Formats: sequence, C-alpha cells, structure tokens
Amino acid sequence: MSELTISKFQTFKRYLPALTLALILPAWELICRLFEVPSYILPTPSDIYQAFIAVDLDRWGLHLWATLKVALVGFALSMLISIPLAMLMVNSKYLSKTLYPILVVVQSTPVVAIAPLLITMFGSGEAPRLAITCLITFFPLVVSATTGMMATPNELIDLSRSLRAPRYKEIFAIRLPYALPHIFSGMKVAVTLAIIGAVVAEFVAAEQGLGYFIQFSTSFFKVPQAFAALIFLSIVSLGLFKLVHWVQAYFFGWTMTKEKA
Amino acid sequence: MKPFVTLDNVSHYYMTDEGKPVQALKDVSFSIGKNEFVAVVGPSGCGKSTLLRLLSGLMQPTHGSVNIFGMPVTEPRDEIGIVFQQPTLLPWLNVTDNVLFPIKHKRGRATDKEKAQAQSLIKMVGLEDFASRMPGELSGGMQQRVGIARALLLDPDILIMDEPFSALDALTREEMGFDLLRIWNESPKTVLFITHSISEAVLLADKVLIMSPRPGRLSEEIPIDLPRPRSAATVREKAFSEYTDRIRQQIYHPKTENITAVTDEKKVVNL
Repeated sequence: MSELTISKFQTFKRYLPALTLALILPAWELICRLFEVPSYILPTPSDIYQAFIAVDLDRWGLHLWATLKVALVGFALSMLISIPLAMLMVNSKYLSKTLYPILVVVQSTPVVAIAPLLITMFGSGEAPRLAITCLITFFPLVVSATTGMMATPNELIDLSRSLRAPRYKEIFAIRLPYALPHIFSGMKVAVTLAIIGAVVAEFVAAEQGLGYFIQFSTSFFKVPQAFAALIFLSIVSLGLFKLVHWVQAYFFGWTMTKEKA
Repeated sequence: MKPFVTLDNVSHYYMTDEGKPVQALKDVSFSIGKNEFVAVVGPSGCGKSTLLRLLSGLMQPTHGSVNIFGMPVTEPRDEIGIVFQQPTLLPWLNVTDNVLFPIKHKRGRATDKEKAQAQSLIKMVGLEDFASRMPGELSGGMQQRVGIARALLLDPDILIMDEPFSALDALTREEMGFDLLRIWNESPKTVLFITHSISEAVLLADKVLIMSPRPGRLSEEIPIDLPRPRSAATVREKAFSEYTDRIRQQIYHPKTENITAVTDEKKVVNL
C-alpha cells in the first residue's frame, strides 16, 4: 500500500463510528415504520427528535443542571474522601486491614437498594442524593488510588528513606503522583457512575433532573420524550468521561505514555 | 590502603511471612579502601541486596557491625549514593528535575549552585541534549545514566551500585561500563558494584568479592591487578581471562576450606 492510500484508509477508519451511526438511524426509522411499531414501545428517531424540540431549552437546562450538580458535587466529595482514605490505608497496614473489609461490604450492597433508606434518613433535600452518588463512585476511586500507590517501586521508597525525608513526603511527592495513572482510570469509571448515582437518586425522590424527567415522561406514556432525555443523559455522561480524559492529557500528559523501563 | 568501609562478622536474618527466620548473610567481613572500586559477584540468593541495605543504613545487621570511617552505620547518610537495578526515575519529572530530586525531596528547593552541579553531572553522563526530556522519551541506557547522575548529586563518598547495567542490552552495557570508569576517574569515589557478570567485575574493579548463596557468605576476595585506565583492549589481555577463569572456578567449584562450618545458629532465637 502506498502512503497515500494508507492515509486515506486512516481517515476512513476515523469516520467509521459516525458512518455506522448514520446507517443505524435510517434502519431504525425504517423498521419502526415498516412494522408499525407503536411509539410507546419503540419510538422512531424522528419521534424522539420531535419530542426533544417540543420541550423548551430552558426546561432541558433546568433538568440537566439539577442532575449535573448532584453528579459533580457528589463526585468531588467522593474524591475528597477516597483519596485521603487511600493514603491512610497505604500508610498503615492496620488501617487497611480494618477498613478494606468494610469497604468491600459497602461496595457489595446494591446502592439502588439503599437509596430509599437514605432518603428516609436524610430527608428529601440534596443530602441523600449526594450520599447516593458518593457511595456509588467511592469504591473505584479508593481501589485505584490504593493500587497505584502500592505499585510505587520499592527502590523509590528506599531512596526517600535513605534521604531521611519525612514520611508525608514519601506519600505526597512519590506515592501519590505515581498513583495518578491509576487514579485517572478510576476517575473515568467513577465519573460515569456519578451520573448513574444522580439518576438513581432522582428516581427515588426528586422534583427535577433528567432521571426525574424520564420517570415523569414514562408515567404519562410520553415515551419519545423519555428517550430524548435518555439520549441527553448518555451524551452528558460521555462528555464527563471526555472531560476527565482531556484534563489527564492536558495537565498530566506523562501519565498517558507508558514508562519504558 | 587505609580501610574506609569495614564489615566485621556481619550476619543478618530476616523473617519470612510465616515468621521463620532466614539467614541472608553469614559472618561477612571485608574492608574497602578510600576511592577503591570493589565488585561483588555471586549467584542469586547470596545476600547482595541485604549487603546494599545494610551499607546504606536502611537496615541494621543482626550480628556484627558495618562501619564507615570507623563509625558504625546506624541510619541512612548523605555520604552514600545508590544506583538501583532499574533506573526508577520519577516519570513526571524531566531529566534535570530527576537529577535534582534528592535535594528537592530533602529540602524542597535547590540552590543555583546545586542546579549548576546537576547540569554538569548531566553533561558528565552525556545527556546534555536531553536535560529537559521526560524519562518516557529516553532509552533504558539513558535512563540509567540519569540514575547515576542522581546518585552523584549529593557528592557521596560511597557509591553503591546494585546490578546497575543488568537491565540493559549487551552493547549498551559494555559502553556504560567504560563510561562509569571515566566518571569514576573524573570524580573518584569509593564504589561497591554488585553484578552477575564476571567479566564486568574484572574489567571495572580493583578487588572482586565472591559471594556464595544460602546463607550469603564471602567465599573469596581477589585483587585485580590490571593496569588502568582500562579499555576494550584490557578484555583481550591474558591476565584478564586468567582472572575471569579463576572467579568462575571459585563460583562453580568453591574450595571448601574458606567456608566456616560451625556457626551460631542458636542465636537466631532471640530475634
């Protein structure tokens, strides 16, 4: 293959996902119309689009903001708790042996099942929604941060000790940065889970938010509108994932290239 | 030569996870003169890593004493620089900052004088064109050069090198050996060089210590009387192959008289 055809092939490969989508949408539309599928079972893409523009942008914005706020604040809180907790666990064998089983138990309890309990415990304000989001995003963050910090080469720890550096420096200047590639992987998982957490919370108790809007729409059999909200949610989730990726690439470029040695 | 580093009857035990004591070193005694280049060769399990940790003050021996300048080593000290088997650079710092890492890690900031010192070390290891590159952009040999510069930053009297070239390919390894000799010539240091390679040991060292495994013991001490500066031509000399043969002989068919049989196994109990 000449260089030109290779580069053409590369361009083709790049647009392949968009091309797939461009083929699926008309096929979806066609099948729904051909077999006269009722819109409350599976709406056509054009139905969904119509439902989307039928709702005011302001209203979309209101619901989007409600969900995004819970997801982002919950995610930030989760980071603030999980990273220091991981540092403590790495620093002390005793703490890690005590805390780890508790974390595993919390993680194995389905958060969706705890959600109604949390609402009764915390009332119907923002607090239970943030708690649910925290609970669901917490585990991948703790595990990735702990794994990353434990993966620090022993030689570097020896070097730090041979320099008689204070122990907090061993954690902050060596272990924590070393864990960043792992932490970013955990963040990518956690940030999409944060949206799930916010939506679950809205299912249980909320007056606004995209999750609430989906439930509201389906209860009135406005299925195309629910689909529109669902697609909106996926796009938001994807956007957050991309945002984490972008922050990593821009500020922590070195975490993207694997060390050779 | 006046002894600079001395080990007196050093024995060391460590505990396995099951709580069983394992002897890593048994009655090891030797001394290193100032600015002497000593190589330690021996198979795996001969306690080379334990030796490194004892000398750097990261551990205390179970029995015996490790002395530097006649003072027992009780904690890590600035007079020692360590080069590890893997370069273990910090992937988020460029070459210059990696070399400056010991000072920054210890005190938070480097002075202009220290920064200039770092630049001249980077030049000495031949990386002046790569000073602002990241470790991920360097080859294995280049990374280990950064590791050597880092170990030399605090201007240590003693340089401990733990199989520093074992992760490199054969060609780079040879080149690095000669470079190390040049650096050692430019700024003389007391060097303890741990290696698996017999020819590397003979080529570099003034004295070769042969260790035998399980428990780690010193089985023979061989002074290498080859003229310096040494080069690729040294390898072709008859004396060179005589030394390597003798060391190989000692490793594979040790003369048993050097190994003392009766030991203090019972002292293990009060660990």
